[in-house]
Amino acid sequence: MTDERRTGNGEQGAGGTDLPAARGDTGDVIRVQKGMFGANNGGDTTGYGGLVRTVSLPGASSRPYGGPGGVFDEIADELEGALEEQGLVPGNAIEKTVVDRGEITFHIAREHLVQVARTLRDDPALRFELCTGVSGVHFLGDQGRELHAVYHLRSLTHGRLIRLEVSAPDADPHVPSLVEVYPTNDWHERETYDFFGLIFDGHPALTRIMMPDDWQGFPQRKDYPLGGIPVEYKGAQIPAPDQRRSYS
Amino acid sequence: MSAPHAPHSSHGQRGTPSDGGSATAGSGSARTTTEGTVYTVTGGDWDEVVRSAAEADDERIVVNMGPQHPSTHGVLRLILEIDGETVTEARCGIGYLHTGIEKNLEFRNWTQGTTFVTRMDYLTSFFNETAYCLGVEKLLGIQDDVPDRATLLRVLLMELNRLSSHLVCIATGGMELGATTIMIYGFRDRELILDAYELITGLRMNHAFIRPGGLAQDLPPGAVDHLRELLKTLRANLPEYDKLATGNPIFKARMQDVGYLDLAGCMALGATGPILRSTGLPHDLRKSDPYCGYETFDFDVPTADTCDAYGRFLIRLEEMRQSLRIVEQCLDRLEPGPVMVADKKIAWPAQLALGPDGLGNSLDHIKNIMGTSMEALIHHFKLVTEGFRVPPGQAYAAVESPKGELGAHVVSDGGTRPYRVHFRDPSFTNLQAMAAMCEGGQVADVIVAVASIDPVMGGVDR
Repeated sequence: MTDERRTGNGEQGAGGTDLPAARGDTGDVIRVQKGMFGANNGGDTTGYGGLVRTVSLPGASSRPYGGPGGVFDEIADELEGALEEQGLVPGNAIEKTVVDRGEITFHIAREHLVQVARTLRDDPALRFELCTGVSGVHFLGDQGRELHAVYHLRSLTHGRLIRLEVSAPDADPHVPSLVEVYPTNDWHERETYDFFGLIFDGHPALTRIMMPDDWQGFPQRKDYPLGGIPVEYKGAQIPAPDQRRSYS
Repeated sequence: MSAPHAPHSSHGQRGTPSDGGSATAGSGSARTTTEGTVYTVTGGDWDEVVRSAAEADDERIVVNMGPQHPSTHGVLRLILEIDGETVTEARCGIGYLHTGIEKNLEFRNWTQGTTFVTRMDYLTSFFNETAYCLGVEKLLGIQDDVPDRATLLRVLLMELNRLSSHLVCIATGGMELGATTIMIYGFRDRELILDAYELITGLRMNHAFIRPGGLAQDLPPGAVDHLRELLKTLRANLPEYDKLATGNPIFKARMQDVGYLDLAGCMALGATGPILRSTGLPHDLRKSDPYCGYETFDFDVPTADTCDAYGRFLIRLEEMRQSLRIVEQCLDRLEPGPVMVADKKIAWPAQLALGPDGLGNSLDHIKNIMGTSMEALIHHFKLVTEGFRVPPGQAYAAVESPKGELGAHVVSDGGTRPYRVHFRDPSFTNLQAMAAMCEGGQVADVIVAVASIDPVMGGVDR
């Protein structure tokens, strides 16, 4: 992958022949890359060791959002309209909207998550009946928004798919539970709690689901080591996977 | 009817075992704990336990089925509160097969990821691999560059995989009802499909054959003929399940109206796949949100309107016939061509060939990189040791696995390793519906309901 494909301000929009969504030039910075080739242990003899650049996620998009047949604009319009009807300023609930790689993501302020989800489920023009669960992501470098909870909602009525993203700081890992809106999230939220320590307020029984009940720590956080031991292979010592050289 | 299917072991759920002596306790022996009397049952002494429990005038019995119970589909633990033969409360205990695949993925490069995801739901390997690869390809922005032949072969392998997965479901489900003939037939036909896998990928399970950008290698010579023969055999064999089971009064008596879950329940609990289609809703991602060119294939989405285990069984049977149709269309449309993207920065450099000591790099390729082109050697080395970089962002790719919506949420931070990969496994989500299906029913019906969900613990626990 070359750099011009990676820099986040570019033409990569809704993908394919659809209208490309313009993208703001700043996304969340998730890490700082030093050097050219990613190797971070051992001496750097490449001459590129002084190179420093930030890696950021795709930033907020501005209208029009595009999508197949302009469907993303339609969803955003309906959602904003429905929230306004409920007396909520859409800009307060929806922190930003990102259109990237043909998918639309609404970043929701966590205090409004339940209301937004309920609107998305119940509004006849939206009707996202099916939640495919929650996936946690831990961005160590995203200061103050380290823990992300990502929901994918599918509308069988309209045949659409959107993504909601909520973030919480490591210091206050609380996100409201969506179980009352989407009961399917019961186990999914337990799983995300189990692995990331995200506490879903209002979940009926937030306990560990995969790890033993008395497990210490949250294994899929980025600061939790993978573990493992070096093994001997054909006479050489192969270090544990998380001790091996990485290039990213 | 219930006695042979009754749970065979029960252990103190939260009770503290009194001492090591319980291990040697005979069948049906009782001991007292702080939580009440605990019986350890090892054989056909269920009646005895029920009698003594009734005599003890205890208002409730908590039965632990599993995690080592033959009819709970792997290491699934069912915690049933029963009143006589009626299940009043049912809960699942999972996590006994958690292997940390998602965490491990983050420490290997993108291509090595398929080696891990193929082991999640080990009965639907090709679906896991395809969902993962579609996600990675979306992140790379190379969806349109994947060659047609690779996509066709992915569809072909997935549909064969649907057959083999449904065959296991029907076989083990039948066995749990005591229908061993169905079990023998199911595994017999699955074996034929596994032989085809072995011919194509070299392995019967855990293939890691579908890679970001295409496939690991092309079909071996003779594979198309082999697959056509296989189709013929399967076409001849599939009606046997109909003859054995469809309409069979014993089968129907055990399965009809068991494991009931209607459309509202499915939507709330996120159940997809045959469970959802048994409520009459023809939701299938292959039709509603096509990927891999499914919109160009001619096939039907079977449904039932019974919401029960019998309807799901009929749907699985019909889906197998539809899969055969799709495989046949794939074979008809196959044309020679590449099976990997042309971009040499992504395509794995090795051209595999069968040598005297097994599968390895082809001699031509080795001759090229070692003898004539130093740049090719450098690129080979860089790609194999580092892997390729994927632009930062996230993508969600979903496929219709035999069990429902299998989604892969793939996140990249611009590096050579996945930053986070989360699988929305249909077994995991569908298994939540177990309580809704079983509570209020008979103990023996729990087995049927769980079998109709078709959970695979490798996928549930990951």
